[in-house]
Amino acid sequence: MSAALQNLVNQPYKHGFVTDIETESVAKGLSEDVIRLISKKKKEPEWLLEFRLSAYRHWLTMEEPAWANVSYPKIDFQDIIYFSQPKPKKQLASMDEVDPELRRTFEKLGVPLHEQKLMTGVAVDVIFDSVSVTTTYKAKLAEIGIIFCSFSEAVHEHPELVKQYLGSVVPSGDNFYAALNSAVFTDGSFCFIPKGVKCPMDLSTYFRINTEGSGQFERTLIVAEEGASVCYLEGCTAPQFDTNQLHAAVVELVALDNADIKYSTVQNWYAGDENGKGGIFNFVTKRGLCKGVNSKISWTQVETGSAITWKYPSCVLLGDNSTGEFYSVALTNHLQQADTGTKMIHVGKNTRSKIISKGISAGRSSNSYRGMVKVGSRAIGARNYSQCDSMLIGDRCEASTFPTIDVQNTTATIEHEASTSKIGEDQMFFFAQRGIDSEEAISMIINGFCKDVFVHLPMEFAVEATKLLGLKLEGSVG
Amino acid sequence: MLLEVKNLKASVDGVEILKGVDLTVRAGEVHAIMGINGSGKSTFSKVLAGHPDYTVTGGTAMFEGKNLFDLEPEERARAGLFLAFQYPVEIPGVSNSALLRLAYNTLQTERGLEELDPLEFDDLVQEKIKVVEMDASFLSRSVNEGFSGGEKKRNEILQMAVLEPKLAILDETDSGLDIDALRIVANGVNSLLTADNAVVMVTHYQRLLNYIVPDYVHVMDGGRIVRTGGKELALELEARGYDWLRAAA
Repeated sequence: MSAALQNLVNQPYKHGFVTDIETESVAKGLSEDVIRLISKKKKEPEWLLEFRLSAYRHWLTMEEPAWANVSYPKIDFQDIIYFSQPKPKKQLASMDEVDPELRRTFEKLGVPLHEQKLMTGVAVDVIFDSVSVTTTYKAKLAEIGIIFCSFSEAVHEHPELVKQYLGSVVPSGDNFYAALNSAVFTDGSFCFIPKGVKCPMDLSTYFRINTEGSGQFERTLIVAEEGASVCYLEGCTAPQFDTNQLHAAVVELVALDNADIKYSTVQNWYAGDENGKGGIFNFVTKRGLCKGVNSKISWTQVETGSAITWKYPSCVLLGDNSTGEFYSVALTNHLQQADTGTKMIHVGKNTRSKIISKGISAGRSSNSYRGMVKVGSRAIGARNYSQCDSMLIGDRCEASTFPTIDVQNTTATIEHEASTSKIGEDQMFFFAQRGIDSEEAISMIINGFCKDVFVHLPMEFAVEATKLLGLKLEGSVG
Repeated sequence: MLLEVKNLKASVDGVEILKGVDLTVRAGEVHAIMGINGSGKSTFSKVLAGHPDYTVTGGTAMFEGKNLFDLEPEERARAGLFLAFQYPVEIPGVSNSALLRLAYNTLQTERGLEELDPLEFDDLVQEKIKVVEMDASFLSRSVNEGFSGGEKKRNEILQMAVLEPKLAILDETDSGLDIDALRIVANGVNSLLTADNAVVMVTHYQRLLNYIVPDYVHVMDGGRIVRTGGKELALELEARGYDWLRAAA
């Protein structure tokens, strides 16, 4: 495997993401006036402006959190442009215009051609026209009452639903970054599955992203009513670039009685170069509320990108017999830093949670698992199982585990297991001596290590994720 | 000629360990390399297999007419050179059968043959596992994870049985084995010997040679082969130790 390809994965992609149109930007900096302007430009109702302003006022009183095991230069929040119109991607006539190195990466990852075109901004042919695909799916989903649209659209088309659920899981003043997001978010996704409906297909953000840029402060809200179920996929394995360094997204999930939400993420934002220059700071708040009895929320994430990852997809298990799950693979290489994990808050009776976390550190990176399992006094018979495994590649990286267990009743059962292992030169030599090249060897070792998480990904995602991890680790071993 | 090594010199961290090794191995032969700790036996086997810690500083090694040192370690393996490790590594999460199948199919591809699917491969490996008298449950376990010392060594021989190398180098495969395990390993190796392949055993002890009878015994000392003889040389070493040879050299 060429060093060029390795570089490519960590390089800003220069084509298709740039735009000549830079109109409608608001000046740098954050103030109530800027927020009013954002709200006005988006023609938002008064209550949403109030939501933003109260979040902003709260944010002003807050301190940037310093407890995470990451370090980065201080962010100047007045040096950020908080609003610009979505930037359309430059259209290319065919895949031939796409950087051949990038095309090779896609092939390596096994990204379907249609998907490659969507991501590189190539005009898609008649059959696979993205707009018609989206429209077709939307129409099909609408027939059974499912709403899947951009957040802005939802604010206008379904204000009562947005008003009812926005901030109900992650309150506007929840934490520093969530408050910032609540004040200035520009767009995101909204998904509503009505009572009794099982969503017949996996909902993927990529159907949306081509037409509307995902933005720096993204907001996602997913509601599954009684007995409803949905699988939601976020991100993709192809490298993603953005000129905005700071990303602070908020994702809220609400599951009512007997509802089931499965949320899968593959994150491959630009991670900076091998000397740690550049890269996205990703400060995400993701939380699901199992509001109803027997409800279930399951998070699966494969985190491979970003210079800094600060992310704890969590579950509040309010309804009796509700279930929360967290399956995570976090990979860091070069100078990447990840502090990620979950919180499982057991409130209802007989609530169950399961945490499987796999951290892979290479290069000079730092990879931390941070988790909390909290069992309240009413959570009779609550159960948790946690497993945190770390794998080190090379001898200059770091893996840490910060588990917190807080149990307030005597009927709970909590299990925690942890392990640390290392891919060494001897393992690589062993594979080589059996005729297996290093690329396949790494893929096999990583796949074995991450098996318990990958089985929870949708199948084509799992295949791509395996290849992605191998690709990200090229040249790290031996 | 399977293997022809001439005046091989190699160093690790700038220290010369091999100082001119000569060795010729033909198909159908069994060789034993003996010697005290630090004589260079294990280094010799790792250098042939291409371990990255060692630097070849002189000499040649031809394997079936190909210059071994022009080949990457995995290419040497695919050409039919097999090393049974002195300390087999553990590979958590990777099942024995998955590893064996990948290695086997890599060879099949190399030889221009069809890869085997998991079911076909299972038929093959169920036969091979009898060679080392292992339970089939070993196949679904992670490679060497939680294996006893003896089980790890038997697992190496299982890999040899599946891959059917032309030249197998057994690096102290007998060390750490109890007498039953030694017998099983030796029977396994003997059953794999044909007129078309060869085995080089690196060992401290004569007892292995009671089970796998060598055609040639070489004594290594100070990074060179200082004496070559028939199997009776091993018995002489057992009786007299190495000192008389060292003095002679």
